[in-house]
This record gives sequence, C-alpha cells and structure tokens, in this order.
Amino acid sequence: MKLTLHVWRQKNPQDTGRMVRYDVPDVNEHMSFLEMLDVLNESLMLKGEDPIAFDHDCREGICGMCGFMINGKAHGGFKGTTVCQLHMRHFKDGDVIHLEPWRAKAFPVIKDLAVNRGSFDRIIAAGGFISVPTGSAPDGNAIPIRKQDADLAMDAAACIGCGACVAACPNAAAALFVGAKISHLGHLPQGQVERDRRALAMVQQMNIEGFANCTNIGECEAACPKEIKLEVIARTNHDYIKAAFTERPESEVAGAG
Amino acid sequence: MELISNAPAGPIEQSWDKHKFELKLINPANKRKYNIIVVGSGLAGGAAAASLGELGYNVQCFCYQDSPRRAHSIAAQGGINAAKNYHNDGDSIYRLFYDTVKGGDFRAREANVYRLAQVSVNIIDQCVAQGVPFAREYGGLLDNRSFGGAQVSRTFYARGQTGQQLLLGAYQALERQIGLGAVKMHPRMDMLDLIVVDGQARGIVTRSLYDGRIEVHMADAVVLATGGYGNVFYLSTNAKGCNATAIWRAYKRGALFANPCFTQIHPTCIPVAGEYQSKLTLMSESLRNDGRIWVPKQPGDKRAPASIPESERDYYLERRYPSFGNLVPRDIASRAAKAECDAGHGVGESGLGVYLDFTECIQRLGKHKIAERYGNLFEMYERITGENPYEVPMRIYPASHYTMGGLWVDYNLMSTIPGLFVLGEANFSDHGANRLGASALMQGLADGYFIIPYTIGNYLATAKPAKVAADVPAAKEAVANATAITKKLLNGSGNRTVDSFHRELGKIVWDYCGMSRNEAGLKKALSLIPALREDFWKNVRVLGANEEFNQSLERAGRVADFFELAELMCIDALDRKESCGGHFREEYQTPEGEALRDDANYSYVAAWQYQGEDRAPTLTKEPLTFNYVKPSQRSYK
Repeated sequence: MKLTLHVWRQKNPQDTGRMVRYDVPDVNEHMSFLEMLDVLNESLMLKGEDPIAFDHDCREGICGMCGFMINGKAHGGFKGTTVCQLHMRHFKDGDVIHLEPWRAKAFPVIKDLAVNRGSFDRIIAAGGFISVPTGSAPDGNAIPIRKQDADLAMDAAACIGCGACVAACPNAAAALFVGAKISHLGHLPQGQVERDRRALAMVQQMNIEGFANCTNIGECEAACPKEIKLEVIARTNHDYIKAAFTERPESEVAGAG
Repeated sequence: MELISNAPAGPIEQSWDKHKFELKLINPANKRKYNIIVVGSGLAGGAAAASLGELGYNVQCFCYQDSPRRAHSIAAQGGINAAKNYHNDGDSIYRLFYDTVKGGDFRAREANVYRLAQVSVNIIDQCVAQGVPFAREYGGLLDNRSFGGAQVSRTFYARGQTGQQLLLGAYQALERQIGLGAVKMHPRMDMLDLIVVDGQARGIVTRSLYDGRIEVHMADAVVLATGGYGNVFYLSTNAKGCNATAIWRAYKRGALFANPCFTQIHPTCIPVAGEYQSKLTLMSESLRNDGRIWVPKQPGDKRAPASIPESERDYYLERRYPSFGNLVPRDIASRAAKAECDAGHGVGESGLGVYLDFTECIQRLGKHKIAERYGNLFEMYERITGENPYEVPMRIYPASHYTMGGLWVDYNLMSTIPGLFVLGEANFSDHGANRLGASALMQGLADGYFIIPYTIGNYLATAKPAKVAADVPAAKEAVANATAITKKLLNGSGNRTVDSFHRELGKIVWDYCGMSRNEAGLKKALSLIPALREDFWKNVRVLGANEEFNQSLERAGRVADFFELAELMCIDALDRKESCGGHFREEYQTPEGEALRDDANYSYVAAWQYQGEDRAPTLTKEPLTFNYVKPSQRSYK
C-alpha cells in the first residue's frame, strides 16, 4: 500500500519545528509501524536527508521507550497496543497519517518524535518504591498475599512508563502513571508501611514537574497500551487525602528504640 | 597469561560462605570515599548500583536508554529459577546446581554455579519484599511452574512479564538511591572506552546521546553490566539498542573475552516475515509446558494445520526425547526444529517454522486457564501475526536470544583488568555452553544484589587505588580514541546505510556461526566478514554531526564493533573442535545427531586476548574440573 505521512520535524529543543510531508510507497501489511518508519528512514538517508528521530528499543511492547501520536491518538489508539506492536494491516492504501511527539510541558521534545521523560523517573525516585535494602528481606512465603490482591497489584504494575497517558490527557496530567505505582505497591502488604509517605511524595513531585491535575476525563485509560484502569487514580486520591490529614511531621528525635 | 579463577578450594557447599568471610571489608565511614561506575541498568547493573548505593559507596550509573527502567531485562517473559523447594517436589540447591552444570553441557565453573544456586533463594525473598507481584496460589503463597531442562517446578513468575517486574523492583530500589543522592544516574549515555591507569580500570569515556558531548568519568572501580551481544545476528530477540560496545572496547583494553562462540538460539520465536523485519519476538519457553510441538510427517505438506489428521503429524520432540518431551533444553529444541525444517517439514510461507499447538491443553484445562497462564503472550502473537493461537497453532522458529560467552571473570566477577568487574549476561561465568530457561534473571540479580557488593569491597580494600586526575594521559588517549572513531564514521561519504551492513553481517553470522557450524563455513565467514568490514568503513553513510541527537551515528559505532566481535566468534567456533550446548559443530555429533563433546581436549574456558588491529588474538585456557557433577553425555531421552 501507499501512504502519505505528515511528520513533526524539530531539529533540537530550541527549534520551532514544523510538519513535513513524506510519501511512502510499498508498505507491507505485515510490517510494524516502526519498521515502516525504518524503511522510510533508509530511503531518506540514501537521499542525504536527515532521518526521522523516534525512540524505540525492545519493539515488543514492554520497555516503554517508543510512542508518539498517530492522527492525534497516543500509540495510534488501538486497544492495548504500543506503536512498536502496531502493524500496518490496520491501515489501508492511500491513508494520510499525521505523526507528532508526546505533547506535554513535562516532556520536552529532544528531536522530532523523541521526548525527554526524565520527570517520570523523578516521580518514582520521590516515593515509588518499598524501602528494603538488599539482604534485609524475610522469606518470600513469610507473608501470604491474597491471590486477588497479588493480581490487582500486577494489573497496576504492568505500567511501562511510556507516557501515553500524559500525551492523551487534555491537561497533560500524570495521574494514571502515578496511580499505577501507588496501586501496585498499595495492594501489597509490603507496601503498607510507606503508603502515606509515598502518596504525598509522589503527588508533590508530580506537581513540581509541571504535570497538571486530573479532571477525570478518562482519555488516559483509553490510550494506555497496558490497559491500566482509571480506578488507580481514585486510589491515589484516597491515599493522598488520607495521608494529608493523618501524616505528621517526622519526629525530631530519631530512633524508635 | 595465566587465568586464576580464585574459586575457593574445599567443600563446595561451604566455599561461598568461607570466601565471604575471607573477603576484606571497608568500614561504613570509608565507603563514601570510593567512587564506583556501573555501566548498564538492567537486572545486574540496576541491582548492583542500588545495592552499592545502599552500602554507602558513591555510585554513578550509566545507560543508553532514556531511563534505567527500559533495560532489556524488562522483556524477559517466563520466570526466574530458585531452589526454594516450596512445592516439595525434590528440589534443592544441589539439584539446581546440578541441572545448571549439566544444562550448560559441562562448560561452566562449578564453584560459580553452586553459588548461583545458593543465592537464588535470597533473590526471591528480596524481590517479594520489594513488591514484585509474583503469581500466587489461593492460599496466598508463591506459585511455581516448570521450565525447560528441569523436572521440578522451581520457576517463579509474574504472568508473562517476570523480567519486567523484577527489573521494576531493581529500578525502584535504584531510584530510591538516586533520590537519596547515593547514586547519580546518567541516562542516554554510551560508554565508548575504558580508561586503564597503571593496569587498573579507573574510568570510562562516554558520549551523551543528547548532544554528542564526550566526557571522562573517573572512579576507583568500574562495573560493566551491559548485557550480551545477540544483536551480532542483526535479527534477534534483543532490543534494537542492545550492543557489545562497552565489553568490546574493554576487550581491546586488555580484558579477555571468554567463549564468544557460545550463543543461545531460542527455540520459540515468531518466524521472520520479510526483508524489512527489524527484530524477532520471543514466545516464552513456558508455552512448552502446555503446547505440543509438531510438523507434518509429509514434507512440503501445505494443508491447514486443522486438516492434517493426528496420524500424519510428527510430535518430534516427544518422539525423540520421551522423558523430557517438549521440555528439552533450548539448544536441543532449536536444533531439532532446524533439522525438521531442513528436511522439508517446515510450515508457514517460508517453510521456516514448526507448530506449537494448544488444542489439547485447551480441551483439557479450558480456555480460561490457558488465558490466565499465557493470555498476554497469545495477544502478542495475534498482534504480530494476525492469527489467533486459541484457534490456529502458533508457528515458531528459533532465533538468537542470549549469549553465554562474555568477558572472562574470576570467582569475584573481576575481569583480567584489575578493578573491572563484569556482571550478568556481559560475563561468561555461569551458563557454560547453554543456558537453561529462567536462569538469566537469576544470574543477573545474583551478581548485582548478592555477589558484587561483597567482592568489590575486597578489591578496594586490597588494591587501595590511588587518586587519579581526569586528565591523566590514559584518559586523554581514550578520549582521542573515541573521538577518532566517531569522526571516521561521519567522514564516510558512501552509499550504504548502517542497517544494510548490519543485516548482511547478521546473515553471515547466522548462516555460518548460528545453530550449526562446520569448518568450511566458519572459514568462509572468516573471509567474508573482514571484507564486509572493509566495505563498511569505505561505504557506510552516516549523516549529520556528532554534536546532536544522531541515532544513525549511535548505531554505526555499535555495528562497527559487531564486525570485530563476529570475527572473534568464528575464530573461537573454529578452534573448538567439539560440539557442546549451543555450539554444534557438524563434524562432531553422535550417530543420533546429538552434540558430541570432547572432554579430554576441550574441557576448558577459551579466553581470547586482543593483540592489536590486524593481528590474531591469542588463546588462553582456563581448565575446568568437575568434582561434583561428573561429565556425561547429556541425555534428555
């Protein structure tokens, strides 16, 4: 099939950027979307034109490195699919496709379709963990966990940190990303000790990074390639509100013993 | 050069405990005076950086991705082994040790493998405490499944995303240390050279992938955890960015490279669809627990699978290996699939595929049970192929997946360059000539969480590295070297892209140094590769400049190193005149077509030393002795 692409080209973070048209002949339906771009890039390079920059790595939908807007939808808007796993059989001859990077203040563009998502790492660093130094763990079966809880934790833990939720959100909120981690750890007995602190710290960092607030629109859930449920956001709100009322400043005299 | 393994003498059950006690310690207040560089942020690197940060060292961690959470450990699907014996089915540390040595076809160091089996139990505890949501049974306890090459259920898993969950555990521990200021993270950085001062590894040269800035980072010890070199084949299950540049440039600085020809071809991957294909996708080995592998008995039978009656199907693994059946180790399953396809029994358009059929287990267990076990894998398969595996058998074919070879390390995981430690897939240490399923995650985390924190302290306490400035001649020379390579790549005004060279290289390596090898083929590869490499340096076209986000330039440097590594693989494969594990030399096989080892002459680790451009590398052997698991013809019949 033959496709027409309009791709956002931006040389560097300072550049203003523009849409550029490319005609792609001979697209095979079994190609992945990124393979189609590989083929286009090969032809651009042979013509001496700068290839389109896009992030990608595992190409099997798990590393979370790839992602851009296809016709205004994050990862193309196909259910549970990252762009590396999107195959061209979903398109037809003559289609016109617009490609743009994730748009969010907290995700500055590096070049073309590649953005900087370091803000996500800083949110995790603020509180998205269980503090358990290596070597200090009890036996793995010491604390039984209800299967339902383990499954719910796993549902939320499936988040790949790609940023589609932010890109899809009209507010560019990171609520689904934050909620996924809060739910993952909050469903497990091991995650209870730091639950309040975690909610306060992660939400605070989210605000510092310039992500806006959630207004329950739900675009994030629709765009999420791992189908993380909107209810994780309710859990953040629950934990955050509870913590905001009950968390006390740390005692100045440390050492409980 | 003599290779000293430093493996402790005495009863193997006590050797690690004894060794740990003998290792020198650094007092907590002094740890912060030491700087450690960790390159790579996967299971091995992420776990190491986090654990060393927790201990109080000053750690700098580097990765090429935009975040440490993207490291390719994340793509591991099936599970992680541990000798917990939670299922009362006869597992033990000794049995895991035994299975791993045997599975590796008696080409691994016994002491290392025993230690790996020992710490496997601590790994599970650590991960559970971090919040890794392993699969559970209704009673709330951890679930296990069986895996290729084992007759006990010792594999812990988190759906089909075990690697992801383990990596997120390590990543979160690492982020915690970053937040606390103990670890400084450098994402989107390539390591381009190793800085060796007075014979000790003292730093690295990096290139920022954002803007091409070349930087020098000095330290008291350098840890490489940069994964394997499976992408030498171009098509592999590795991530697109996985590369051997860090270990290769360390090799060129004097670290010995061990067993480069030991590569693992995974039996269950989605077959190649076309020339444009950029990578291959694994279908977890765990599928072989329930799926049955078969081909039509009649060569060239093009009927749809459903219309081929039972009597005209050949369940060749069950036929050839009745006791392990579909669960034979990877090397054996891969070769068997190749043999069937070579004999014309292959299925699919290309004829390079075999069926992995779930019809029977769906009838036995119900679709919901299969969906619960493998749902995400089935979805992934359908997304890629457009076929529904609940209704049509999967088509699978072997693909490059893992590399057992890597930089040589001693029992302390230190390479032949003092102060340079190598962890995880990047080293050669634990899997011999073939890795068992669910053992890579185990080794990465063992090295990172439970071994390097002990052994690196001993090195620092004994070697007492002196302070060196970032402008020592060795650092300047390394920067000049890195800059020169980049310049040379950008100067090419040829007419071929980096990928087209990589694809051609991959095909040569796959054809002559892939699932089976022979002398004539390897010699041919050794004439083709240097010629293609020469052409690469003349005719590769890399656009743009160094001082920008330049993905073609990144790739070009990595492919340049793959050319040299491919040659070393073939040299090693040619030199090893026996078959073992993933290294199958057609000249050396049993009458039944199984790998025929030559223990009298080849029971050693082949470690290669760089001698300079255009000079043949020299071979040093580390003899292997087996005091516990007596080498035998591996039989899974």
